[in-house]
Amino acid sequence: MKDRSIHILNFVGLGFFEPAIRLAAGEETKKNLIALFKKVLLPVLAVGLFLILWHAGSSYLYNVEKDFKIETARIASGNSGVTTELERIETGESSINSLPSPVAVLGAFKTLLADHKEINLKKEAFALKVAPLNEKNLEFNRVNADKIKEGIAAKKKPIKYTGRPSFVDQIFTSLKTVFAGFFLALFLAVPIGVVLGLSSTLRSSFNWLIQIFKPVSPVVWFLLVYMIVKTFTLEYDGDVSFIISFIAVGLCAMWATLVNTTLGVSTVDKDYINVAKVLNLGVGQKVFKIILPSSFPLIFTGLRITVSVAWMVLIAIELLSQSPGLGTFVWEEFQNGANDSNAKIIAAMFVIGGIGFLLDKLMFTVQKFVTFTEEATT
Amino acid sequence: MEGLKELEEVRRSDNGLFEDKYMLDISQLTKIYPTPKGDYVVLDDLDLKVKHEEFISIIGHSGCGKSTLLTMIAGLNPISRGTIVANNQTIKGPGPDRGVIFQSPSLLPWMTAYDNVMLGVKQVFGHGTKKDRDDIVKYYLSKVGLEDAMYKKAKELSQGMQQRVGIARAFALKPKVLLLDEPFGMLDSLTRGELQDVLIEVWNQEKITAIMITHDVDESIFLADRVIMMTSGPRAKVGDILEIDFERPRLRKDVLEHPDYYKYREHLINFLEH
Ligand SMILES: Nc1ncnc2c1ncn2[C@@H]1O[C@H](COP(=O)(O)OP(=O)(O)O)[C@@H](O)[C@H]1O
Ligand SMILES: [Mg+2]
Repeated sequence: MKDRSIHILNFVGLGFFEPAIRLAAGEETKKNLIALFKKVLLPVLAVGLFLILWHAGSSYLYNVEKDFKIETARIASGNSGVTTELERIETGESSINSLPSPVAVLGAFKTLLADHKEINLKKEAFALKVAPLNEKNLEFNRVNADKIKEGIAAKKKPIKYTGRPSFVDQIFTSLKTVFAGFFLALFLAVPIGVVLGLSSTLRSSFNWLIQIFKPVSPVVWFLLVYMIVKTFTLEYDGDVSFIISFIAVGLCAMWATLVNTTLGVSTVDKDYINVAKVLNLGVGQKVFKIILPSSFPLIFTGLRITVSVAWMVLIAIELLSQSPGLGTFVWEEFQNGANDSNAKIIAAMFVIGGIGFLLDKLMFTVQKFVTFTEEATT
Repeated sequence: MEGLKELEEVRRSDNGLFEDKYMLDISQLTKIYPTPKGDYVVLDDLDLKVKHEEFISIIGHSGCGKSTLLTMIAGLNPISRGTIVANNQTIKGPGPDRGVIFQSPSLLPWMTAYDNVMLGVKQVFGHGTKKDRDDIVKYYLSKVGLEDAMYKKAKELSQGMQQRVGIARAFALKPKVLLLDEPFGMLDSLTRGELQDVLIEVWNQEKITAIMITHDVDESIFLADRVIMMTSGPRAKVGDILEIDFERPRLRKDVLEHPDYYKYREHLINFLEH
């Protein structure tokens, strides 16, 4: 039981719990205490130190701005100005938008969650209200199915909630975009990488292009995709900004996978290639039974980088494309400039970082599942 | 007209005779590796004939070109000059008529032992039924003593067990010629002995032509009908050939106690030391 849970934890990349479990089981107390100290206590201390520095930094910046405001008021209207300015700062009428403190960020985070709950309630109320209407529309569609087919009657669409999305909604939109982008990258980069890896002629033909496109920045990818997709979607009334952002994310992030797949396929162990030759395997068998499995470790390393890059550039691309999501959220808060805007931005930053970390762990776990280099589980 | 036909007949029977006699005919084989410092002639006009169902072993100093010779027979390495005729056909590339067992077992580590053998069996016996193929794979895996480890991943097997799978994989394809390049070179001496026994046991039943490179003098005497001694490179050739006249099937104990054993051994060691 104990070994099994340790194994599972290590497998999903939560190995730092291991010493705690061993300690609880009463194994080698001294050794595991040291391990616990290293793996758990030190990181916790580091986080604590970070919070203290952050707090100190933010109150310093706050005071600098406050002093500046008071000084400006003194110069403008003397001591009475100072008192009114102090009052205005107290009531929040004159806002000080510097680096928010950890406590403010925690507060903003709670506000965001409360906001999410509120919006959910609104949605439910709305759904309840339009339910009879939607029912009627469905009924209409059913009764007039023939006419709709013939194009005489128009199909009635269900009424959807179109209010402001909550922070949590934005997270899911972003995840949707990043996954769409990731799969685009996967389906583009792996096949192309395999073909390039198999043929040294093609490899050297496309080498320059790859080297040039690889370092292009997300902003430029976005603009490029925008130019092309815009033309294709002139008559499309769906979510064009989503299409543009996921394609841009995919194109931006696919290079690591492309390069790694090419490398993996072109450097398959010569022994395996000889086996394929001696057994007279056909091209399909050779690729699927030998070349791909033996390049899996490298391909997955590439895919892991691709996921990280996709998540990283997503924020910038959403921000540009105005497609809803965390990037847009951050940008709107910045433009908004309310008292707690900065705190919300920092809260979003931690959420973005946390999700990036989880995505990487997810990929790591999948990688361990499918690649053969993982130690034998006996 | 009649005469021409007769000539045809003669030629055909000639061929038949030839076919009966030699499985492998290597003539004037030359291999040149181009290097930055100019051409490096590894093998120069090497001649070698191997009879049907004969087991020969090749010994020679490291780097003399043994692996080069074997990979050329396997069709994995282009020939610079000369010809290799296997089973009456000039070889042009690799094929399932020539099985190879490499020094490293070169199994696909992400597959089970069973799947590793099946990969080739499917290729060669694609026309047979699924049951037939399954039988073949299981038969050879149990022949090499792996009936209990068939469904283990190759990476979970020890070196010795992996090489057993390598033996099963090669024999399961029913090749005409089996080529072995120091197959037991990486094993400890105990495992090596076990695997020699496994190899010779399967070979006794299948009776195919086998060519085995080894650097182990005792191994070559125990296994082979003839030991081919290659001269040191560059421009290596066949230096000497030693016929081993022990009867088959051989038992290790009998071979070691045979009065001729030390005579053979000394001959080989003498060659290697000069
Ligand atoms: N691909 C190659 N290119 C150039 N030289 C090679 C190549 N392969 C082998 N050689 C050289 O040819 C010689 C014979 O090699 P090899 O056949 O592997 O020897 P052996 O198996 O007898 O130890 C060695 O000197 C080796 O360095
Ligand atoms: Mg060699």
